[in-house]
Order: sequence, then structure tokens, then C-alpha cells
Amino acid sequence: MSAPYLEIKGLKKTYNLKPILRGIDIVLDQGKCMALLGANGAGKTTLLRILACLTKPVAGTVSIGGLDIGQEAQQVRLLVGFVGHQPNLYDELTIIENLLFFGRMYSVKKARERAAALLQQVGLARRSNERVGTLSRGQLQRLSLARALLHSPRLLLLDEPDAGLDDEGIELLEELIREHAEQGGTTLFTTHNFERAVKFSDQICMLSGGRVVYKQATTGLEAGGVRMAYQEALR
Amino acid sequence: MALVKKEATIEQRAAKDGTNKQATRFPVASIILGSLSLIGMMVSVWMIFLYAPMDAIQGNPQRIFYFHVPMAWLGMLGFVIVAIGGIGYLVKKDERWDWAARASAELGAFFITLALITGSIWGRTIWGAWWTWDARLTTTLILWFIYIGYLMLRSYMGRTSASARAGAVLAIIGVIDVPIIYESVNWWRTLHPTAEVGVQGALPPSVVLTLMVSLTTFTLLYSFLMIQLYQLQRAQTKVQQLRASIE
Amino acid sequence: MTFLLQVQAILWKDIRCELRSKQTWISMGLFALLVLVIFNFAFDLRVDNKAAIAPGVLWVAFVFASLLGLGRTIASEQEKGAMDRLMLCPVDRKAIYLAKLLGNILFIVVVEVIALPIFAALFNVPLFAGELLPIVLLGTLGIATIGTLFSAIAAATQARELLLPILVFPLIVPVVIGAVRATGALMVPSINEPPWLGLMMAFDVIFLSVSMLMFEFVIEE
Repeated sequence: MSAPYLEIKGLKKTYNLKPILRGIDIVLDQGKCMALLGANGAGKTTLLRILACLTKPVAGTVSIGGLDIGQEAQQVRLLVGFVGHQPNLYDELTIIENLLFFGRMYSVKKARERAAALLQQVGLARRSNERVGTLSRGQLQRLSLARALLHSPRLLLLDEPDAGLDDEGIELLEELIREHAEQGGTTLFTTHNFERAVKFSDQICMLSGGRVVYKQATTGLEAGGVRMAYQEALR
Repeated sequence: MALVKKEATIEQRAAKDGTNKQATRFPVASIILGSLSLIGMMVSVWMIFLYAPMDAIQGNPQRIFYFHVPMAWLGMLGFVIVAIGGIGYLVKKDERWDWAARASAELGAFFITLALITGSIWGRTIWGAWWTWDARLTTTLILWFIYIGYLMLRSYMGRTSASARAGAVLAIIGVIDVPIIYESVNWWRTLHPTAEVGVQGALPPSVVLTLMVSLTTFTLLYSFLMIQLYQLQRAQTKVQQLRASIE
Repeated sequence: MTFLLQVQAILWKDIRCELRSKQTWISMGLFALLVLVIFNFAFDLRVDNKAAIAPGVLWVAFVFASLLGLGRTIASEQEKGAMDRLMLCPVDRKAIYLAKLLGNILFIVVVEVIALPIFAALFNVPLFAGELLPIVLLGTLGIATIGTLFSAIAAATQARELLLPILVFPLIVPVVIGAVRATGALMVPSINEPPWLGLMMAFDVIFLSVSMLMFEFVIEE
């Protein structure tokens, strides 16, 4: 039986005195993958940003790999790989320079080899020396994934990772998530696509108005059922 | 920085207490401080104009001294309290420290402005010039700029935690800097001695007594006003929270 | 050690990004040219006691030029208003401050490298022998320590170009007074001059430490 890797209890966040998260409780076991669904504004991005230690909650606790994000944020950052809405890359630097810079920041050993291997995997090896500013949306997304995986994180946080990816890219995404799980890593990703949510994940969780309104394991579940449950939950 | 396990906002505290005690509590402190200030003011004014001796060199205008010194003192004290409020906020993450900081900033800015004006008037009566670059007046002016910068910053950034933190940092840097500023201006001034605004030499007991009474009165007034402004900050935050929860 | 490596990595990254942007080259070049021309006019002081005013002119010009550059290092880190790229990394926030500080100092130094030879030549102040360099370095450090911290604060507001000078000027008064007087003392030695270099050194040490500690409160959300 796997132990919980991610534990969120009573998480609350307000922004400009406006409540965004009103008490989130989520438990995710190690090696599992959870898909987070919800309308725009439900709080998915905010939740992921809190887990990535980019912003602080107003109340509640989050433990990642046994570490409290409040007290041990720097150690948590080492464990977490984050892909957000922005590519989080430096336009003026080349692909390889970007990865080497982040390698320095995360103290990655043998960074060059690791970067080369990841670039090969995401299909950008031939463009290593091109500036990031010249890449297309899909290429940026792939590079973002490479950057998130560079330091071999234990927890992957992906905010709409499928946005901007073509079919090949989606296959790559699925492959990366599976590989990550096989190596014992945990994943939490958000999406608007019910099919992918069911296909890639072990668990589905739905947010609405800053609260969890639906939680379900995906074995035996199909996209149609999820969509209906979603409409139900929104009522 | 520690994660807050419990919220330190009005709603949560009220929910815990069961009632919103502060709103219904009888304002004991305010009444005491208010009445003491009023009495003190009356005593001070009498002492300043009738009891204190007339200065041999400067004449009657010297009595501005009894207003100017307490006002400058409150301006300095106010800033120290802003800094303390800032440190408190950074350490405790409780917005109440920030309310105190903002209240003291408004109050302190007001008093430092009065200190500048009274200092200027005083200089005019002694030296005939509306401004002299003596160390105390100059440092007061710079502190005035720091106050204004603080108020502008807080105003631009609104009522967010980022705003509170920025204010705290500014206040902490400022409070460490002001003594250094004073020293540097002092050194500079000794090279170009300019007209000084102040009283020289040993002060007779009646002068000292009047000054002490005036100082105490103004400090009481300050405390009274601090409570009012603190409550105002509290109310403003609550209004904003309510407004945000409706939208 | 990791700390210093990270400072170096961030600084190098910033420099590379600036150098690669064509905009930077053109604007820096024009800026340098402007500084050259303006300083020439500024130092063309046809007054009797120009030696008395020159230090003031020099330092006021440095302060204003610094303010132009201070916003850049922080602004370049922001992507749609957030510094996520860097904040995601487990890098000590003090290291980020140091890297940005060094970047700002570099910018100010470029301006000084252009202006100082003119100043030294016109007013017969020894540039390398003697104490002009320490004064310039200490003064620059003083302006940059406060400036870097507050550029991070001002970056969060809309009126950042206006707010930054308003916040920074009052706080750097000791440095400006010290630098102006110390430069003046070099040109026209006087007796009983207070220890300005010591004051500037104390200022720099105090505010470098305080700013480094305060920086994380300012950039963390």
C-alpha cells in the first residue's frame, strides 16, 4: 500500500480580500496521478501555485513528501516540478542555456547529460542552440515539461499541460506521466478535457467555487459519466 | 515564514468569540485618554502662555518651542511605532500590527508636518528666514519625505499583504536610517554653520516643567488619536472584506 | 558555495539576456553618448568656485542616472507581472538580491566609467592614485543597495518610475552628502573634515545586510 505523498488539509486562499479557495482537502498517494477539473476561476491554478510554493495560503496545511510547505518551502521546491500557464523560460537564452541555468538553480548533477537526454525525449534535441524566443507554442510547452523534469522531481504539478500540444505532444505527455509514475513519482494536473482526465489519471477531483465537489477513482470510469457528474456537482 | 494555522482576520476572530466584542465594548480607553488630553491641553496652554517665563533673547515667539518640540517628538515616535508595527506584522503575520502601523503613519505624518511648520515659523521670527538648513530641521524634512513615501506606497498598493510587507520594509529601513541621516547632516552643518532653530544653554526649571507638561499632553493626545485611527483601519478592512465577498 | 554559484549564475544570466537584446545595445549606446555630452556641458562651469560645485553636480548626475537603470534588473525578471521563473527554484532569496545588486552596480559603473575621466581631467583629480575610486565605489554601493531593494517594491506598483525616486532619495541622503563632501575634500583639501568614507562604509555594511534580509519579504507573494 502506498503512503500519501501529498496531503492538503483545510487549505484557504484569498486574493485581494476575495476568497479563492475555501477549504480544500485532498490526499494523493505516492506514485498516483490525479486530474483536477473545474471551470475557469474555480481555483485550480491557485491551488497548484500554492503547492509549487509560489504563493502562500491564508489557512490550512500542505505536506509534500512529509515536508510542510510553510516551514520547509525551499526543500519542497526541490521536490516539485511545475508547469504553469507561462512557459517560465528566458526568451533571450537558448534552449540548452535555459536548461543549464535551471540545472544550476536546482543543483542538478551532470546537468548537461540530463538536459541532453530530456531534450531528446521531448524532441527538441536538434534545436538546442536556438533561442527560446523563436519557439512555437507547442515547442515551448515541451520545453516547459523538460524544465520541470530536469531535477527529477517527486511531485509533478502540471497546469493545463495539454494546452498548445499537437497529437504527438499529447502522446509525449502521457508517456512522461506514465514514466514518472513508474519511477514512483506523483502527479497532479489540471485539464478541461474529460477524456484525457480519465485516461491519464488514477483519480479525478473537481473544484467549484473554491471547494472540492467531486472525488472519484477513475478505474471503470468513462468520460461521459464524468461529464454528467460534473454538471451534477455544479448544480 | 510560518504557515498560519489560524486566520487572524476579523471574521475568524469574531467567529471564535461568538460575538464581535470590539464593536459593542464601551470605549473606556478612549474616554480616559480623551479627557486627560483635554485637561492636559488646557493646563498646557495656560502654562505655555502665562506660567513659562519670557525668553530674554528671543522674546515671546520662543513659546513656539513648547509646541514644536512635542510635535517633532511625536513625529519621531510615530515613525518608530510604524517600524514596530511593521516588524510585528512580518513576524506574526497578524494584520492588526499593520493597522497600528498605518494609523501611526497617518498620525506621525500629521505631527511631523506641524513640526515643520512650527519650526519654520520659529526660524522666521528669530532669523527672518522661513527656512534654515540646520540639522534638526533638515532631518525633520527628510523624515517628512519618508512618511509621505510610506503613505503613497500604502495607498498605491492597497490593502494587500504585499502592501503591508512593503510598508514594513520601508519603515524598518527608514527607522535605521534616520539617525544616520541626522549624523551626516550634522557633520555637514558643522562645516557650514547656519542659523539654528532652538534654545541654547541650560533651561530654567519652569521652562523644563512647562515642556514636560506639554510633551505629556501631546503624547496623551497621540494615544487617543491612535486608538481612533486604529479602529478606523479595522473598519476600513472590514468594509473591503465585505465588499469583496459580495462581488 | 552553492549560494555564490547561484549568485553568479543569476548575474551571468541577466548579463547575457541584456547583451542579447538588440534594444539594450542601442539604448545603452545612446545613453552613454548622452551622458558624455551632458556631462561635458554640466562641467563647463563658468563660475569662480567651480571646484566647490563640481562634486555636487557629479553625484547628483550619478544618482539620477542610477535611478534610470535600477528598475531594469527586477523588471527583466518579471513575466506578465510575476517572477515565477526564478521563484520556483530553491534558490536563496538573498542570492537573488545579491545578483540583482551586482547587476545594478554594473549599470551604474558603466555611467561612471564614461563620466569620471572627463571629471578627473577637467578638475585635475587623480583618478586611480588616491581616493576617488573608493569614494565612487562606496557611494555606488550605497545607492545600489537601497535602490535594488526598493525597485523590487516599486515594481509591484503602477507608478513605479515616480515612486522609486520618492522612496530612494531621502534614504540615500547620508551617502550623497558623504560622497559629495569626500570628493570635494579631494579637490580642495580641508582640515577637520569628518570621516566621510567611514560613514559611507558603515552605511553600506548596515544597509547591505538589512536589505539582503528584507528582500525575501518583498518578492515572495
